[in-house]
Amino acid sequence: MTQGCAAPAQTAHLPATVDLNNEAVIQGTVIRDGSPVSGAYARLLDSSGEFTAEVVTSEEGVFRFFAADGSWTVRVLAPGGVSVDSSVTAETGTIAGLEVAI
Amino acid sequence: MSRNDVLVDAAWVEANLDAPGLVLVEVDEDVSAYDKGHIRGAVKLDWKTELQDPVRRDFVDQVGFEQLLSSKGIANDDTVILYGGNNNWFAAYAYWYFKLYGHENVKLLDGGRKKWELDSRELVTDVPTRPATDYKAKAQDLAIRAFRDEVVDAIGNKGLIDVRSPDEFSGKLLAPAHLPQEQAQRAGHVPTARNIPWSKAANDDGTFKSDEDLRALYTEAGVDLDNPIIAYCRIGERSSHTWFALKELLGLPDVKNYDGSWTEYGSLVGVPVELGPAK
Repeated sequence: MTQGCAAPAQTAHLPATVDLNNEAVIQGTVIRDGSPVSGAYARLLDSSGEFTAEVVTSEEGVFRFFAADGSWTVRVLAPGGVSVDSSVTAETGTIAGLEVAI
Repeated sequence: MSRNDVLVDAAWVEANLDAPGLVLVEVDEDVSAYDKGHIRGAVKLDWKTELQDPVRRDFVDQVGFEQLLSSKGIANDDTVILYGGNNNWFAAYAYWYFKLYGHENVKLLDGGRKKWELDSRELVTDVPTRPATDYKAKAQDLAIRAFRDEVVDAIGNKGLIDVRSPDEFSGKLLAPAHLPQEQAQRAGHVPTARNIPWSKAANDDGTFKSDEDLRALYTEAGVDLDNPIIAYCRIGERSSHTWFALKELLGLPDVKNYDGSWTEYGSLVGVPVELGPAK
């Protein structure tokens, strides 16, 4: 069966099947007034601003991408016309963490 | 065929939720999305467990599609409104699939689940019950489905559009970046393919761009809209989105979706593969 496009669960911990040595992870939390925001949309844009992936934040407000080495932008969308961009640098073998306040 | 025949907006759907002969269908890969909340009256369709053959890599056959739609309570003369997550990728895939089996009246909800959520429109958890029907499907319409040999033959002859992200096209990534990157197939793209990511056809909120913008997008990227076109991605769902834009919104006569896409092509022995940006 061909693997589809469903993102693995957006948990705070990496899924056990993922070998971090081979992945450049970008992970973060969306917060509003200090509380995590679930159901927000996090889009990953490449260095040219082109869409690369999108996930919906978990109950804990978490989003995660498996990128490649280099510069990326995370754009968070939420109801009410919210759109917040954050720059992040990814590197294989590491988790680049960020917190996005909306 | 015009845009209004194939695409409806969220306000229209909200106003027509109880219209007779109209069936809302949510298509998600993440089936928990429907269970957490869906548009009132919508039935669920699982692209993998229900639309795919459980053993071979192929679709359910004509009889299987008939049984599936009958069990969902969808009749041949119903108007089916498809929507879903992932910017409607899988809803567009299901749209193409409904067309493949000859369903007459099918439309996409513009922007899908995301636009609906960003508009803060109502979602419910009640699952509707629809009486079973006796659905009759047609034989697959292969005028809209491309197979691997046709893709190899298209190199230098037909328009090839690779709708994956630039980093997947060039070979830097092997899958969309919300997925782990260890994959079996080779990286790269089909030679002569133009890289026009599916996302360029959509706004941030998931709605399609205007016909004028779409026409400019493909023309400026070097696609001859008068030539036959084959679209592909990784597994055929993002390319369904672009197939929808070209075939259904712009009304181009000869557009096919290559559902084998890169997971098949990138695993074939001996076929040409190109790395880096488009040449």
